[in-house]
Amino acid sequence: MITTLIRRAIQAGFVVIAMTLIVFIGVNVIGNPVDILINPDLNQAERLRVIENLGLDQSLWRQYLSFLHGLTQGSFGDSFVYGRPALDVILERLPATLELALCAMVIAIVVGLPLGLYAGLYPDRVSSKLIMTGSILGFSLPTFWVGLMFILVFAVQLGWLPSNGRGDTAEFLGARWSFLTGDGLSHLLLPALNLALFKTSLILRLTRAGVQEVVMQDFVKFARAKGLRENRIILVHILKNLMIPVVTIIGLEFGSLIAFSVVTESIFGWPGMGKLIIDSINLLDRPVIVAYLMMMVVLFVSLNFIIDICYTLLDPRVRLDGKG
Amino acid sequence: MERKLASTTGSPEGVVTGAASEAPPPPKVSAAIRRFLSEPTAIIGVAGLTLVVFVAVFAPLLSPQNPYDLMQLDIMDSRLAPGSESFTGVPYHLGTDGQGRDILSGIMYGLRTSLIVGIASAFAAALIGTTAGLMAAYVGGRTESFIMRLVDLQLSFPTILMALMVLAILGNGVTNVVLAIIVAEWATYARTARGTALVEREKEFIEAARCLRIPGRRVLLRHLLPNCLAPIIVIATMQVARAIGLEATLSFLGLGASVTQPSLGMLIANGYQYLLSGLYWISFYPGIALLITIVSINLVGDRLRDVLNPRNAR
Repeated sequence: MITTLIRRAIQAGFVVIAMTLIVFIGVNVIGNPVDILINPDLNQAERLRVIENLGLDQSLWRQYLSFLHGLTQGSFGDSFVYGRPALDVILERLPATLELALCAMVIAIVVGLPLGLYAGLYPDRVSSKLIMTGSILGFSLPTFWVGLMFILVFAVQLGWLPSNGRGDTAEFLGARWSFLTGDGLSHLLLPALNLALFKTSLILRLTRAGVQEVVMQDFVKFARAKGLRENRIILVHILKNLMIPVVTIIGLEFGSLIAFSVVTESIFGWPGMGKLIIDSINLLDRPVIVAYLMMMVVLFVSLNFIIDICYTLLDPRVRLDGKG
Repeated sequence: MERKLASTTGSPEGVVTGAASEAPPPPKVSAAIRRFLSEPTAIIGVAGLTLVVFVAVFAPLLSPQNPYDLMQLDIMDSRLAPGSESFTGVPYHLGTDGQGRDILSGIMYGLRTSLIVGIASAFAAALIGTTAGLMAAYVGGRTESFIMRLVDLQLSFPTILMALMVLAILGNGVTNVVLAIIVAEWATYARTARGTALVEREKEFIEAARCLRIPGRRVLLRHLLPNCLAPIIVIATMQVARAIGLEATLSFLGLGASVTQPSLGMLIANGYQYLLSGLYWISFYPGIALLITIVSINLVGDRLRDVLNPRNAR
């Protein structure tokens, strides 16, 4: 157990190092930020000075080494655009993205789980079929277009909710959050709904499939035969057994919510990491791009690592030492 | 039967292939089509898809205007509501955008770009992924564990992140979007192909082919691949829809298609700035076209999965 854990951890470390190399070289070999960031009116001497300041005159492997050295100090270099450490710029935006992703996840669970339970328990009802058709739509609708339609209906036509920014924020645990103020909540609702759309369909379908599997099991039949109340059967016998796959998916999908918030944040002008990375790609702000991508790599590698461990702890049938 | 005929062209393995074709014969095509269409959703899907492809292919003949021809645009006609008439009395059924382009024509031409990008990238990803998956299953050993590690790694990242990574490295543009989609999607094919091939590999006809010392490449291409195709086709159908959606998303974010040949995503993005003033049609109608395309493909793919899955056969 311990040895497999250590092996898995070493593998994860290798993946991260390999990714630093791919990302750094990729971002630095293609595209020349000098042309974009330096004022073309500057004379040659000034140009060279700026290039030197940005560290762009060094050879590529020297840049990589100093980048790795910086990494060990927790620094990705200064953002070309903001002139401050790239990691700080990103971490500043982290609470906004986390808040959005968490909210979307809560909505997806609160809506998806009961609907999926219902559709799974009574698959022949018309309402269940409607729910399932709706979930297909949830899969097929392009998220960004739905976001635009949300803005159109709720912000422009009805004028109920704002369509841009975070609104008022309140300080909590050293970061600023929107969900603590009424104005912030109203700003949060549309983007969170938009981001939740796809995951709601996913959780709904997963729950339904799980319910249909569990209902057939002997222990449910036995509970029925014992004359237990239907509510108790649903809540205890069915729901509890359903939770393992659902919780796994929720864990897995949280990371992808953070990745997909790129789209939602761009539509709703939500000042999170996703909007930052799109702006940075367009401006070729390399330290920020690299820092964001590395953060994501580390996030996903550790997420998968944790899920792997949870599997072994929860289910002794899963062995980590096998292939894949 | 067909397989036998095809391989008796004088090659020394002619006899052999006869023996190897003991694999279950594929079901009759006409019966499969009838079964495919027995579900109403499949008919809707096929109808929608036919419409979309027809419009995309014949866009120059069908569209009222060539949206790429600046001579045909009139700035006086910009931002007209659906149903209004142009300066010269031609109706704009779905309105016009900020440059006076007819939205309907824009959608017709945009469908072309979207479909081409979607199909090309899904096809290329299928080619690469299937090859990798079959190789992994057939060769085994180190090759297999290397390929599958790569697949696992790839699949642990969301597609949009992979695509962003590629675009951050390569820069914006249509070709790079295609590359990004290929990088983001090949692993799905590889996993499916390997999974199916692992099952098929154990069957007698492969063993027979191997015993007769048919070269590995031939076994792979002529014996293993045809029998693994069904699930790959299903995945490919769904992935075309995903690729079109992903392309639209990336174009919307300003990372994709060029301004001169806007895809549907780009058209929607163009309407974004007018949305707050209530000019809904510039974004709304291209989105509907995108929706029809994606839903149709998904419906067809869904039905294909049911029909091609041997477990569902009577």
